[in-house]
Amino acid sequence: MRIQILEAQCSNATASKVRCVHSQSAAVYIRACLSLPMKMANGDLRQQLATMRQLLLDEELLDEQFIQLEELEAEGNPNFVEEVFSLYFRDSTKTLESVGQMLKKTPVEFDKVDRALHMLKGNSASVGANKVVNEVNQMRGLIEENSFESCNATYEQLKKEHDELKGKMEAYLQLLKQVEAAEKPRQGNDQGSASDTESS
Amino acid sequence: MSTSQALSVTSLKGEVTALVVDDDKVSQVIHHHLLNILGIENHVVGNGKEAVEIHLSGKKFNLILMDRDMPVMNGIEATKKLRDMGIRSTIAGVSSHSVSQERQAFIEAGLDDYHEKPLSVAKLLSVVSKIMHKA
Repeated sequence: MRIQILEAQCSNATASKVRCVHSQSAAVYIRACLSLPMKMANGDLRQQLATMRQLLLDEELLDEQFIQLEELEAEGNPNFVEEVFSLYFRDSTKTLESVGQMLKKTPVEFDKVDRALHMLKGNSASVGANKVVNEVNQMRGLIEENSFESCNATYEQLKKEHDELKGKMEAYLQLLKQVEAAEKPRQGNDQGSASDTESS
Repeated sequence: MSTSQALSVTSLKGEVTALVVDDDKVSQVIHHHLLNILGIENHVVGNGKEAVEIHLSGKKFNLILMDRDMPVMNGIEATKKLRDMGIRSTIAGVSSHSVSQERQAFIEAGLDDYHEKPLSVAKLLSVVSKIMHKA
C-alpha cells in the first residue's frame, strides 16, 4: 500500500522524495508523516518541515514577504503565520468564487471582475503568494487589453495556482504545529504513555 | 534589516501612536503586528469614514497608515477630509497601485509618504524615522 512506502521514505527524507508530483500527493505524504509521531524523532519532522519550506520558496509559490511574516511570528506572536494564512484563504477563496460567478454572466461586468482581482492581488502580495499574484496580474492584463476570450482559461490557471498553494500551506502549517507541539517541554510523566496512537 | 535589528535600533514605546486604515483583514493583521513589534500603540479601522470619525471623537495619532481602496470612503477622500479638518499627523499612503498617475492623485490628496503594499519592517521604519525627525 502506498502509505507504507511513504512511511519508509519518511525516515530517510531527502528533497527528491518531498518533490511530490502534485498537491494531492503532498497532502498524502504529509498525512503519512503525521501518523508516525512515535516512530519518528522530532529531528526528522523538523527536517521535513525545512525541506517543505525550502521547496515552497524554491518553486516560487512563496516569496520574501512570507519570510517577513515568519520574522513577525518569531518576535513573540505565536501562530501569526497560521492566523494570517487562514484569514487570507478565507477571503481569497470567496473572491475567486465570486469572480467565477461573474465570468458566467452575460454580459460579463469586467470592471467588477477587475476590482475583485485588484483586492486579491493586494491580499496575495501581503502573504507572499508569488505565483498567485503573477496569475492575477496576467488576468488583469488581459482585461486591460480587452482580450476577454482568454480570460476564462487564465481564471482556471489562477484557481489552480491558488488551490495548489492552499493545499501545500495547509499541509505545511499542520506539520509546523506538529513540530512545535513536540518541542514543547513535557508535563507529567512520559513513560511511553500514548501507546494506542501507533499506526497499524 | 531583520526585525530584531529593527528593535534594537528604535525604542518607540509610548512615543508614537498610529492608526491603521484598511478594509483588508490580512493587511490589518500584518500592519497591526508590525506596529506592535516596534512598540507603537495602534488602532485599526476598516475604511476612510471610520478614520474620520475616530478623529472627530477627539483621538489623535502621530501616524496614519492609509490604504487607498476602501468601501464607504476611500483613502484619497479620507486624506483630503483629514487635512481639511486640520489634522497634521504623518499620513503614509499604502497601496497596491503601481501606476504613477494613481499614485500621484493619492499623494496630492495630502500624503507625507507613500509605500507599495506589502509593508515591511524596513518601509515602516523609514516612515517612522520621518516622524521622529518631525518632532
